[in-house]
Amino acid sequence: MTLENHWSNTVFNLICEQDISIVSFVPDAGLSQLIDLCVAYESIQTVRLTSEEEGVALAMGTWLGGKKSLLLMQSSGVGNCINMLSMLNTCQVPLPMMVTMRGDWGEFNPWQVPMGQGTENVLKEMGVTTFRAQENDEVAKCAEGAIRFAFNTYRPTAVLIDQRVLGAKTFGR
Amino acid sequence: MTLLNRRQVVEHLLQPRGDLLVVAGLGAPAWDITAAGDHPLNFPMWGGMGGAIATGLGLALAQPTKRVLVITGDGELLMGLNSLATIGVSQPTNLAIVVLDNEVYGETGKQKTHTGFGVDLAAVATACGFTNSSIITDVNELTSLKKEVDGSGLMFAQVKVDSKSEELVLPPRDGALLKNRFREALLGDQCHFSN
Repeated sequence: MTLENHWSNTVFNLICEQDISIVSFVPDAGLSQLIDLCVAYESIQTVRLTSEEEGVALAMGTWLGGKKSLLLMQSSGVGNCINMLSMLNTCQVPLPMMVTMRGDWGEFNPWQVPMGQGTENVLKEMGVTTFRAQENDEVAKCAEGAIRFAFNTYRPTAVLIDQRVLGAKTFGR
Repeated sequence: MTLLNRRQVVEHLLQPRGDLLVVAGLGAPAWDITAAGDHPLNFPMWGGMGGAIATGLGLALAQPTKRVLVITGDGELLMGLNSLATIGVSQPTNLAIVVLDNEVYGETGKQKTHTGFGVDLAAVATACGFTNSSIITDVNELTSLKKEVDGSGLMFAQVKVDSKSEELVLPPRDGALLKNRFREALLGDQCHFSN
């Protein structure tokens, strides 16, 4: 995959088209290109978080203030968001999330597996509608659906980006 | 020295409230802002413990020309203490944070919080990049606190208050209603017709 056809470019264009002006994130290697694009673009305010649940609470505030936001995280971070997601559900607040997976296809690190395997279930249990992208070409389609679904129906959504798209981290093995 | 009373502090900050957008952390601060007068531009939280100041940051970033005040408790802030670091990095100039520090978890039986053992929240805020951070203990400081809350610049104040339980003055519980009336008051009717 070259830089030009990387899904990050299409998703970045979607963010701009959909008038999402605030992007918050906890970094992941798989998200680094999208984060760089957002940070470099002056019409988007980026917020670097220390923990993913901050991004959920932040989205509550941005929506109260009339702005759309997007949250980027690795799947381990979903576990950090559980209780805070209650707020989006109860208040009917839209928030699309892009979640890069660990602990599934090709995983090297056993410590990543429990949360990775639980990620989709946890999101569903907390009322987040999920879309799973297993190929590079599917990411943008899932992202478009997730963003539209979130803002049209006032709900949290998540795109889970599979390790088949990202490449599994192998620690040189 | 007599400790300040939380209701007295909040009334002082919200009467009059001008154009302030107010977020209150769950528990007593949500009842306190309601006791000072329910208002569509109040967002009293009934959940999301640890999320009050991050919610305030989101609102402040979305509405840079409006002044945002977050009123929360020491226990709530301690659960999301890391957000002081996030706000310190973001440096919004329109966000004021007032922590009503009674050193106990008032809703669960008054167990001591970390501030009761000496954790200095104002010092944490300073270390996180708040250049205006203070501890307020005296009634004579409330006038200058009100000026700073209504003024400009990022600020943090840890107000030491007594741990007396006040009358429950409950805001609406329906989160969608609280959100929608806030948005309508801030953005106008058209917010319901567009995204």
